[in-house]
Amino acid sequence: MAQERDVILFDHNHDGIDRRGFLKCMAWAGTGALCIMSGGVLKSYSLGSPSAQKAAKGELTFVQISDSHMGFNKPANPDVAATLKAAIDKINALPHAPEFMLHTGDISHLSKAEEFDNVDQILKSARATDVHFVPGEHDVLEENGATYRERYAKNAKGDGWYSFDKNGVHFIGLVNVMNLKPGGLGTLGNEQLEWLEDNVKPLSASTPIIVFAHIPLWSVYPEWGWGTDDSARALSYLKRFGSVSVLNGHIHQIMQKVEGNVTFHTACSTAFPQPKPGTAPSPGPMKVPAEQLRGLLGITDVTFAQGKHALAVTDSTLE
Amino acid sequence: VCLFAVGATTLGAADAPQPAEVNIDNFSFSPATITVKAGTTVTWTNRDDIPHTVVADDKSFKSRVLDTGEKFTFTPTKPGTYAYFCSIHPKMTAKLVVE
Repeated sequence: MAQERDVILFDHNHDGIDRRGFLKCMAWAGTGALCIMSGGVLKSYSLGSPSAQKAAKGELTFVQISDSHMGFNKPANPDVAATLKAAIDKINALPHAPEFMLHTGDISHLSKAEEFDNVDQILKSARATDVHFVPGEHDVLEENGATYRERYAKNAKGDGWYSFDKNGVHFIGLVNVMNLKPGGLGTLGNEQLEWLEDNVKPLSASTPIIVFAHIPLWSVYPEWGWGTDDSARALSYLKRFGSVSVLNGHIHQIMQKVEGNVTFHTACSTAFPQPKPGTAPSPGPMKVPAEQLRGLLGITDVTFAQGKHALAVTDSTLE
Repeated sequence: VCLFAVGATTLGAADAPQPAEVNIDNFSFSPATITVKAGTTVTWTNRDDIPHTVVADDKSFKSRVLDTGEKFTFTPTKPGTYAYFCSIHPKMTAKLVVE
């Protein structure tokens, strides 16, 4: 059974609480808060409130899944295929059918063909079979990510970055897991950044932008590599837009932050949880009792309401 | 068994340096700096639940991806200080000093 916490996370529109704060959306056991962005201002409601119901009737709905780590078989999750299937069941049971899915990387654990095959097979059972991927570092372990690009990014540029438009929303998939430098964080690189600058140039400032990439594009916890060295340059190209949302994976837990008109959001993994920043000697799979596992895994359901510039982000666990 | 015995004898006779070991635990290389004589075989063992790599900053040596329990060996011949890192988790950095 899903646990729900009725927490108003932030409401800048009225009282501007902790605008630049480091906000955790529902953290661990939590699920079921709804974050709504309106005109670049994020508000949130508890699920089930009348405002939340209204926002859920948006015109564009998609789901973000992340970090399926197919091939991982250690504690606390010896069966990551089963939890990915549970995530798809959850998606198929949503009251509003998503138009497509985003997978924000670490599809596989070791970049093996059979791991990718297994994920592809499971994703076929989703109501939304259209999936847009970006790679995680686990997807590009061999041959500079050739297998990944062949499967998931044939028409993309460079290492696999691309953009597409849906219902007036401009989606940008970025790659920040290649050519990592000693001592550094995630990297976008000059070629991709130049592409991004050109890509958004013709867009009007009122175009809602959704950026998705594996490693967070904000500094979650650099000590554990949870950030991207050159993300500030990427965000500088998006400054003039009224509504920018950034969706990431990698850290296997839900976190949110609002910085000006940019909302950052990280999704749960469908495979295993990781510790909260700084609460363990290192990142890595967190061992939890079997009965707690599915409460720490999940999916992210996003609804965009045309004309309102409102983006509603709902995280649900697999319980 | 026989082969092992012969190998050990040969090494002993040649007065080869003792093998050196680096463990990977909790996203770090231990020891963070290892000093060996040229010709010493260094073995890295990944003891994490997450794959790692061992890659010299100057690419003079580079492991394949090491899953849990997997090892990488390298025998440096040229003296010098070699900074290396995990190319998957670049915050993981360490040094191999060859005398």
